[in-house]
Amino acid sequence: MDYVIEMLNITKEFPGIKANDDVTLKVEKGEIHALLGENGAGKSTLMSVLFGLYQQEKGVIKVRGEEVNINNPNIANKYGIGMVHQHFKLVHNFTVTENIVLGMEPTRSFGRIDIARAAKKVKEISERYGLSVDPYAKIEDITVGMQQRVEILKMLYRDAEILIFDEPTAVLTPQEIEELMSIMKELVSEGKSIVLITHKLREIKMVADHCTVLRRGKYIGTVDVADTTEEQMAEMMVGREVSFEVEKGPSNPTDVILSIKDLKVKNSRGLYAVNGLNLDIKAGEVLCVAGIDGNGQSELIQAITGLTKVDSGKILFEGKDIEKESVRHRTLMGMGHIPEDRHKHGLVLEFSLEDNMALQSYFREPLSHNGILQPDAVRAYSDGLIEMFDIRSGQGSVTQVRSMSGGNQQKAIIAREVERSPKLLIAAQPTRGLDVGAIEYIHERLIAERDAGKAVLLMSLEMEEVLNVSDKIAVIYEGEIVGVVNADETNENELGLMMAGSKKGKVTTNE
Amino acid sequence: MNKFKGWLGNEKNHRFLIPLIAILLGFIVGSLVMIISGINPSKLFISLTRSVFGINLDKIGTGKSVFNPRYVGEYFVYCMPIVLTGLSVAFAFRTGLFNIGAEGQLMVGSFASILIGIMVPGPSFLILILMILGGGLAGAIWGFVPGYLKARFNVHEVVVTIMMNYTALYLTNYYYKQLPGSSNSKTIELDEGLTLKSEFLSSITNNSRLHWGFIIVIIAIIIFWFIIEKTTFGYELKAVGYNPHAARYAGMKVERNAALSMMIAGAYAGLGGVIIAIGTFGYGRVLPAAEGYGFDGIAVALVGGNTALGSLFGGLLFGSLKAAQPIMQSSGIPRDIAIIISSMIVLFVAMQNGIKLVLKHIGGAK
Amino acid sequence: MDVLYSMIVLTLIFSTPIIITAIGGMFSERSGVVNIALEGMMMIGGFFAATAIVFLEKSDGWVGTSAPWLALLIGLIAGGLVSLIHAYLSVNLGADQVISGTAINLLAGGLTIYLSQIIFNQQRTETFQAGFIKTTYAGLSKIPLIGPALFTNIYPTVYLALILVLVSWFVLYQTPFGLRLRATGEHPHAVDSMGINVYKMRYIGVVLSGCFAGLGGAVMVLTFDTQYTAGSIHGIGFIALAALIFGQWKPAGLLGASLFFGFSQILGIYATSFDFLSKIPAEYFNAFPYVLTVIALVVFSGKTVGPKAAGEPYDKGQR
Repeated sequence: MDYVIEMLNITKEFPGIKANDDVTLKVEKGEIHALLGENGAGKSTLMSVLFGLYQQEKGVIKVRGEEVNINNPNIANKYGIGMVHQHFKLVHNFTVTENIVLGMEPTRSFGRIDIARAAKKVKEISERYGLSVDPYAKIEDITVGMQQRVEILKMLYRDAEILIFDEPTAVLTPQEIEELMSIMKELVSEGKSIVLITHKLREIKMVADHCTVLRRGKYIGTVDVADTTEEQMAEMMVGREVSFEVEKGPSNPTDVILSIKDLKVKNSRGLYAVNGLNLDIKAGEVLCVAGIDGNGQSELIQAITGLTKVDSGKILFEGKDIEKESVRHRTLMGMGHIPEDRHKHGLVLEFSLEDNMALQSYFREPLSHNGILQPDAVRAYSDGLIEMFDIRSGQGSVTQVRSMSGGNQQKAIIAREVERSPKLLIAAQPTRGLDVGAIEYIHERLIAERDAGKAVLLMSLEMEEVLNVSDKIAVIYEGEIVGVVNADETNENELGLMMAGSKKGKVTTNE
Repeated sequence: MNKFKGWLGNEKNHRFLIPLIAILLGFIVGSLVMIISGINPSKLFISLTRSVFGINLDKIGTGKSVFNPRYVGEYFVYCMPIVLTGLSVAFAFRTGLFNIGAEGQLMVGSFASILIGIMVPGPSFLILILMILGGGLAGAIWGFVPGYLKARFNVHEVVVTIMMNYTALYLTNYYYKQLPGSSNSKTIELDEGLTLKSEFLSSITNNSRLHWGFIIVIIAIIIFWFIIEKTTFGYELKAVGYNPHAARYAGMKVERNAALSMMIAGAYAGLGGVIIAIGTFGYGRVLPAAEGYGFDGIAVALVGGNTALGSLFGGLLFGSLKAAQPIMQSSGIPRDIAIIISSMIVLFVAMQNGIKLVLKHIGGAK
Repeated sequence: MDVLYSMIVLTLIFSTPIIITAIGGMFSERSGVVNIALEGMMMIGGFFAATAIVFLEKSDGWVGTSAPWLALLIGLIAGGLVSLIHAYLSVNLGADQVISGTAINLLAGGLTIYLSQIIFNQQRTETFQAGFIKTTYAGLSKIPLIGPALFTNIYPTVYLALILVLVSWFVLYQTPFGLRLRATGEHPHAVDSMGINVYKMRYIGVVLSGCFAGLGGAVMVLTFDTQYTAGSIHGIGFIALAALIFGQWKPAGLLGASLFFGFSQILGIYATSFDFLSKIPAEYFNAFPYVLTVIALVVFSGKTVGPKAAGEPYDKGQR
């Protein structure tokens, strides 16, 4: 067997956690090898070891049969290994060429960088592999798809033979994903070998030859993709039989709780992220705003909750105009918000659990009285929530939230928001980065709120979550709602087309 | 031994261990500097003992009197303003703001109290209250400006406060000279009833300048603790200081809290200025340069972990160094060694991440 | 007209230390480390230069005649050495860079006067004779327009500052080193992934800032005074920081901003020449540069976007 890369019995540890525990990966020359696992399984860590960003504690790496010691990315480059990162490592105000040649700048007289020569080489390579870019464009001005091509070019510029793609499709439209898949096949036909890190089973079936599965840092097995079903791969990834369904009864929608009319919201770059958006949300129903990341869903949520100012349009909560109301006011009117970024918005990590539980109600009786905090009431409130929602922490209410697991931190936020019984519960990517058990729990709670007659506005980037949890799906594209469909009447393909803007689907009336 | 090591490695103890270690290291470095310059470091400790406790170790065994309470009185005089500037810096730190402007806030506080004392007629007791409040208010206004600019325009408070320190110096100097009866270096002395000076306190400390200001200091410490620990306002300030995004999410008015917090911090420093002007001296002084109370306040706050009690202890510590300066100078030690030691302590506190690693290593963690 | 020319010359002279120090600040911040200790490093540079020249000027031969330039070099080196403290704390220990900077400012203040006491037995250095002197360059000063503005009654250190601006522009924007330094301040993870050592880049940035600030302080003392005192630097290091922000962290920008602040300093001197200014008290002119700085920061607050990663310690493990 002609293995171009062999990672044998790799163990990589960080303080308190074994990210890779005796993992073996063998990649054949000229194949696309998928590395599959859930969030936190250890895929990125393993590849970071290969790319020289980390060093393994135990285990051996062989490149083309020869044992090697990769201490930094330069050495990885020398062996022909290159990495296309999930979170692009591009300097936003540099040009495409400057980013590509950083660290390997060609020079001319007096030690000056020879940008013209560099740009020429970039153009050559981009044409050879069908990766069109403008060498002089600034990163902050080009599309996400083009930025990814710059990442790929970085590696090709350095004559990489083995390319590692880390979750490359997370930020792409379905069209761009198709393009990427054909680029990968093109690269392989030119003799390159590819390792594809992903948790998207469909894509593995589309392009990969073999698939190695990791779970919680451990090596589970390697399969021939053609001979394995998605369900089988999922089972290896998760460890038990996975049904992609969520148990729920039919919904009973009643009145419109939130009505958004022709909303326009600018983003931090002064462009309209929300561009004339119309949407109605009813009580007793889970409505999911679905779309590719970056189409305005985050800004929409921030406008509804009051974290961002509205440029024009109306937001009506139970018939009342709220665009100018403060965050506090909207909370008191009956809005609950489980934020996208739990560390940034949802919690004060340095506070104790009970102080975080009090975050939305510290200013009211019984938690405070005339501006003086009532510590006993706060403790009782927090203890009650911990009990009700089964939140695990080191020392109960006094635990510093920073030390809690992601799943329990999210549970705490959900407990806090749900207990207040808000008329409208907004959940933005509520299961991001969590393990399967936590995800199931959160989905159950969202359905429970819906069954209790509340309105649930879900925002999600995960297709399965969108299809299984929601009653109605509103697809957002370039700041507008391009279609509202019933979840049980649509499928991934139709949604994918709408999310890419190519099919403005039928808008079902909310009757 | 292992238990001690384990205790050292336990993160929970680091909160007070770090300042203690920083203080220890600061003194060690100071001693080394003295040794290199050919000075016996024991002189430092003799000076410190004398300045704090009034006990002159050199005189033990000589038949002359060893204890002089005047030094003890003076020691407290030195401590008082820097406890207040320490509280000022600490309060701002809790909200995530760096108040380097305590210096300027203190100066305007001094000025305001002198201004009221000289220009406003009325019954002594009333005017005295006005002087204290006015000084605090002046400091609050001086603190409000950087707070507001930060909140509204996101201008970094570090540069603004430093600029305002210099502005305060020049403007107060000018206006002191404009007051009736002022010379080029000081104003007229305040009337008897309008100072915090105390015959009684002086008499029990062998004619030191000890004055009633310490009551203001104690009240200030209690108010600090109460606001931060017990009120919803303090809860908000802490939230904003740790995570302004989460604070906004929770409906708190982040900008308003920033400005308010700087006002309170400014008021504390202003009060520091008040007690210097009407407690220690009893008249306004034209200053050739800033006297460093603000920077001492930074050291106090950092060593005290930005808490009320910590500021008290920090103030007592750095006050001892300040009080020792004149004694050191007269026994041949350049007084600036005190500044060197203070700055090294701050430096070591800044190195806390490194110190924590060392402690954890000793404690046996992997 | 003469007044105008002398204002230009004086502006250049007063701006020189600001320019030099601001360039240093630029290198540090561009690499991602916030350095508010420019003031302290200027003090160190000024003190050591003043001390050095007291001894150097006594020598014979070339050492004696080039004493001021040697002293500048010593000030530069002293500033660079002190900056290692800030570099170590900020880069290796991930300390709060503002606290570290503040501590160095305090330390510099204490150390310089302490050493003055030890070496000279007083709270200031001994006076020296051989500082820079205002020179009029014979041929050049006759050139119309720029002659009287640039070559008459001026310190040679002004040329040094202007040359350094050009050099820093070249290094930052034309060389591989400059590209990598700027990248380190914007996106250290990107730089790391290309195999460049982020720590090394930041050390260089900070040490350069110390050298430049030390040089700036040395220039200040050797041109404005005949000794180093506690009041020698009086906040110029902070004004340089403001000039850097005002100038958008770019060489051309900080040059303009520094000239602006330099001009604001000399306004008080010319107050008596202009009727409407002569009524304003001296202290107002003293305060003017500082008030102006605050106003400038507010006016330019919306547009100031510094290096993206400045002030954040680099954490390899973060993704």
